[in-house]
Amino acid sequence: MIIVPIIYRSFGEKFVSLSDFRIMKENSKNIISSLEQREYEYGFTSDIETDTLPKGLNEDIVRAISARKSEPEWMREYRLKAFRHWQSLSLPTWAHLDIPPIDFQDIIYYAEPKPKKTLGSMDEVDPELKRTFDKLGIPLEEQMALAGVAVDAVLDSVSVKTTFRETLAEKGIIFCSISEAIREYPELVRKYLGSVVSYADNFYAALNAAVFSDGSFCYIPKGVRCPMELSTYFRINAQGTGQFERTLIVADKGSYVSYLEGCTAPQRDENQLHAAVVEIVVEDDAEVKYSTVQNWYPGDKEGRGGIYNFVTKRGICRNNARLSWTQVETGSAITWKYPSCVLAGDNSVGEFYSVAMTNNYQQADTGTKMIHLGRNTRSRIVSKGISAGKSQNSYRGLVKIAPKAENARNYSQCDSLLIGDKCGAHTFPHIDCRNKTAMLEHEATTSKISEEQLFYCNQRGLTTEDAVGLIVNGYAREVLAKLPMEFAVEAQKLLAISLEGSVG
Amino acid sequence: MLKIENLHASVGDKEILRGINLEVKAGEVHAIMGPNGSGKSTLASVLAGNEKFTVTAGEVIFMGENLLDVPIEERALKGLFLGFQYPVEIPGVSMANFMKIALAEQRKYKGLEPLTASEFLKLMREKSAVVELDGKLTSRAVNEGFSGGEKKKNEIFQMAMLEPKLAILDETDSGLDIDALRVVATGVTRLKRPDNATVVITHYQRLLDYIVPDYVHVLYKGRIIYSGDKSLALKLEKEGYDWLINEYKE
Repeated sequence: MIIVPIIYRSFGEKFVSLSDFRIMKENSKNIISSLEQREYEYGFTSDIETDTLPKGLNEDIVRAISARKSEPEWMREYRLKAFRHWQSLSLPTWAHLDIPPIDFQDIIYYAEPKPKKTLGSMDEVDPELKRTFDKLGIPLEEQMALAGVAVDAVLDSVSVKTTFRETLAEKGIIFCSISEAIREYPELVRKYLGSVVSYADNFYAALNAAVFSDGSFCYIPKGVRCPMELSTYFRINAQGTGQFERTLIVADKGSYVSYLEGCTAPQRDENQLHAAVVEIVVEDDAEVKYSTVQNWYPGDKEGRGGIYNFVTKRGICRNNARLSWTQVETGSAITWKYPSCVLAGDNSVGEFYSVAMTNNYQQADTGTKMIHLGRNTRSRIVSKGISAGKSQNSYRGLVKIAPKAENARNYSQCDSLLIGDKCGAHTFPHIDCRNKTAMLEHEATTSKISEEQLFYCNQRGLTTEDAVGLIVNGYAREVLAKLPMEFAVEAQKLLAISLEGSVG
Repeated sequence: MLKIENLHASVGDKEILRGINLEVKAGEVHAIMGPNGSGKSTLASVLAGNEKFTVTAGEVIFMGENLLDVPIEERALKGLFLGFQYPVEIPGVSMANFMKIALAEQRKYKGLEPLTASEFLKLMREKSAVVELDGKLTSRAVNEGFSGGEKKKNEIFQMAMLEPKLAILDETDSGLDIDALRVVATGVTRLKRPDNATVVITHYQRLLDYIVPDYVHVLYKGRIIYSGDKSLALKLEKEGYDWLINEYKE
């Protein structure tokens, strides 16, 4: 289980891997009760400003954000440049999405995350949320932590903190908040920030560059294989990075890292608009695996509420580098997201494995771009869309082979699964090939869960709900298999839960 | 075990079953034969609960309970098994996983804990041997890329795993070569016990050389028009259905 730390902002950063977290949690059970008593003595306000800037966006707001974060001048200028550019842009309308009007002057762009209200016991937790936790099989202490019940002190074992810091530090790995990185490692950040996703890239990337609140920074030095899976949710400071998250991952030559983002537990947020940017630099011979499970609040069954998620994710691969995106998207009212690979170096490899599920009134327009620039570059796209309810689910992809990309290869597979007869699945694959030596393959299927399949499963004793979960997981298996083990197990359950009530 | 009284069922406006009466007791094997379109497969589907068909009249008692009110999956859990004529493919779901879930559901229904992984694997090996099913098939997706013969063997393998009280085998012999037929039929026979019963639906007498029926019924236009012992099957093989149909008309 991936845990969302709730408060503890004053503790500084801590790093925990998934598997190590399990062990750590076992060891720490006994100290929960003692820490529980002490929880408030740490507080979380002492070193953090808790004020909020007024609504709206202008240069003063951008300057104020930069000032609150004690940023150097170059960073402030970067934000301002981005803001000025953003003003010249208009909202993209090409996606197959029906987006209600967004008043960008009616948004608070900087609010210090408020600590969530701490609940006294599990009884105070929303029963609906509790039911979902149970279905996901989340252990009780983790449920409590996720729901904000005051026992997540379990995370704050000092030994854990030291162990993980030490392990990473020994290898020279930097993993911290982007704000901290801007202060502590300005030369690295300055070198890479905006190098993959420029502020001029698109409307939301420009907005993010101007006002990003926080996010993660990760640097893997030359030749280092990161010994654990890095997850934003284990970096305590990552909590409450707000609606404009910025992530920068740099894998230096010959290094390797597997990075996890997101959480299978349902995520709610008061901010409806989210516009994150993720940039990944994969230097020569390096490899990055980036896995996401996105389960933001999708709105209610009538389509009210829910998060709008406009994300720009892109990585650049140098010679012999490899970047693999794996995403399981089940949340958000609107998803607009195209994790992409720029295969700049020779022999570099880009991969995109995606399961995007929409139910009720959700809309998703997601896919990838594979930009082949170097020679002998290869890319592979496996996209599995699942539409249920009255939702609309689109795959949008671009495979671009530049004139100098000799012997480029791409394989794309775009499958759509429809559940019920009121949903939509759409595929928009674009190919732009400028080199005759390229080989591109594209396969696409659209299928429905058949009555016969359900009857067959029912006849073997499975309920229809279980049968749908099973069939959907079978359909998505190729993608789920790319996730780290524990993530995969939870993602499977998540798919089944997200489909509840969509059949019969 | 199973008592069908005056069962009527239709698909759309078309009545297919028009008053079936049949009683099956524990330990018995019944064969249902009849010309194409007589309603044999419909009977199997209706008993299993396929919602494509609407029961318009009649009653079915299974293990002392009114079967027609019971949801499909619960019928299965109560011990009713349908061997499909055309088993469906479920891509990406391994046969082993499928059986694990099905078996766990059944054990849960009986108040038993699921088998441990090693117990389960042992059971899988044992039961796949019953129908000489290649062990590799169980790690493949349900029926995906299986040959016709493998699909049918796979049905009997599942029957062996789930140990139903009543197995209804819908043309399990169709599309099988002689060797596969022998294997499948022998498998079914090996699963026979005094406390379970089998209903085999078939066109051909040759299946009944292996699965020896206690009763043979002839279904025609939605009714059982004639019942006899195993010698009836031989007679039908030789003389066809015409003599019966003519008799029925009169």
